[in-house]
Amino acid sequence: MDVSLLIDGSYFVTAFLFIMGLKRMSSPKTARSGILWAGAGMVLATLVSFLYPGMSNYELIIAAIVVGSAVAWWSGRRVAMTNMPQMIALYNGMGGGAAAAIAAVELYRVAGEGGNGPGAAVLSLAAVGGMIGAVSFSGSLIAFGKLQGLIKRSLRFPGQQFTNILLLLATLAAGVLLVSGVGMTPAVVTALFLVALLLGVAMTLPIGGADMPVVISLYNALTGLAVAFEGFVLGNAAMIIAGTVVGSAGTLLTQLMAKAMNRSLGNVLFSGFGESAGAAATGAVAGSMKPIEAADVGVMMAFSQKVIVIPGYGLAVAQAQHKVWELCQLLINAGVQVKFAIHPVAGRMPGHMNVLLAEAGVPYELIADLDEINAEFESADVALVIGANDVVNPVARNDKSSPIYGMPILNADKAKNVIVIKRGQGAGFSGIENALFYLDNTRMLYGDGQAAVNQLIHAVKEATG
Amino acid sequence: MTGIIALYIFMLAAFTGYEVIAKVPEILHTPLMSGSNFVHGIVLVGAMVALGHAVTPLEKSIGFIGVLLAAGNAVGGYAVTERMLEMFTSSGPRKTQGEK
Repeated sequence: MDVSLLIDGSYFVTAFLFIMGLKRMSSPKTARSGILWAGAGMVLATLVSFLYPGMSNYELIIAAIVVGSAVAWWSGRRVAMTNMPQMIALYNGMGGGAAAAIAAVELYRVAGEGGNGPGAAVLSLAAVGGMIGAVSFSGSLIAFGKLQGLIKRSLRFPGQQFTNILLLLATLAAGVLLVSGVGMTPAVVTALFLVALLLGVAMTLPIGGADMPVVISLYNALTGLAVAFEGFVLGNAAMIIAGTVVGSAGTLLTQLMAKAMNRSLGNVLFSGFGESAGAAATGAVAGSMKPIEAADVGVMMAFSQKVIVIPGYGLAVAQAQHKVWELCQLLINAGVQVKFAIHPVAGRMPGHMNVLLAEAGVPYELIADLDEINAEFESADVALVIGANDVVNPVARNDKSSPIYGMPILNADKAKNVIVIKRGQGAGFSGIENALFYLDNTRMLYGDGQAAVNQLIHAVKEATG
Repeated sequence: MTGIIALYIFMLAAFTGYEVIAKVPEILHTPLMSGSNFVHGIVLVGAMVALGHAVTPLEKSIGFIGVLLAAGNAVGGYAVTERMLEMFTSSGPRKTQGEK
């Protein structure tokens, strides 16, 4: 059988498996099988690629695959669920780096042969793909460092945007030199990649940790695009299809995330968070916060018809998701209807909170998103807010001067009683006072998330005893 | 593959990606971002071909790093996606799993 037909046919099957896999990942019932389908496609594509005609360096290829796979598998299996976002950033950066490496090999070869080789179209795609891959590589590593807490501060200095634009122009200039043939030398190839790597670092450093999910999603889309471009260079249909699918899907996902945070993509990339919020943080809210004891909350919830739990990232930080589910099971056994309301940006990425709740064993039928649940708050007896702040702040609905005005929020304030579990008094990370905490139907339960929920479990047990 | 055919593939794949993701419920966004991150791990086959055709020591070194990174992307992406999606298999409370 013709080897090239076997390779092309296998790539075709791989493309089919990838698209079917992503499709199956779009429903909770089939999601698990989706990744298995895509995984099978990846194994097939990798195996047939060994049959490529004219290849050598097999020992290097196998060594690199074994080492890279082993380290990634080991780290991927043991990372904690709360650290998932930065892990995705890391693996994504590796993909971007690989795309840049392919471009570098191609460009150095052409430069070494004195510019003879593929036409301008292929060279342009190699250069642009390599540049995007390099930006995605260094940018993702910075995102990883920030979320992992390795980089604490957001670096900002005057003229930063100007510097970034200069760096962008410099990479483009290097690309034009290469493609036009004027400067098709190894030195220019090196310059292209160095400046692109620097650009990724400079672009990502000023962005605050809270915006990082949007940035990771953007780099995910960019890596897809870089892979597609290098697929054009190598004439590899599997890379073109998979890379483009990820590029467009990732772009849509990035838009959804930015929209959920009420920030435009440009806003995320070109202005540090907190600068606009600082001004409004002074806006005082009338009224006072009213504390409550855990025992009273336990009785209140045990004799409710319906309780809606609103978990935020603070819950995950306190590792209280298992305890919360234990509490909810007690309530369900006592005949209370319990639901979880998830804001699109609860956790650190859309869907992150769902994963954390699923890990604790919460069935996904009980988990509702913003559109589903908002009408239900009026019929709820208790809205229990744990570690969430800005996403339940009613000023987003009614105060035009607030920086978060217009952001979709969970209408917790519409519930008959609102219980907020909070470590202490003070504003959320945005620095905005939360008007919800001052409402007449709101009571504050102060304490560490895990400890407070433990007290509630005891209280409910006694109340239903 | 001619340029124009490649362009058609590009356009159709772009629409496919958009359509496939447009129907995804919010609860699956993080696993899906991770899953799409795994899918662009296909860069591994390109990196293998690039290293397989590398001649000079410089090309070989960069190619080696490329395959190393690409394998990390594919395998790591698979490992974390599978772990996340494992949790969506059964809808009932899973008492056997216990606490971690």
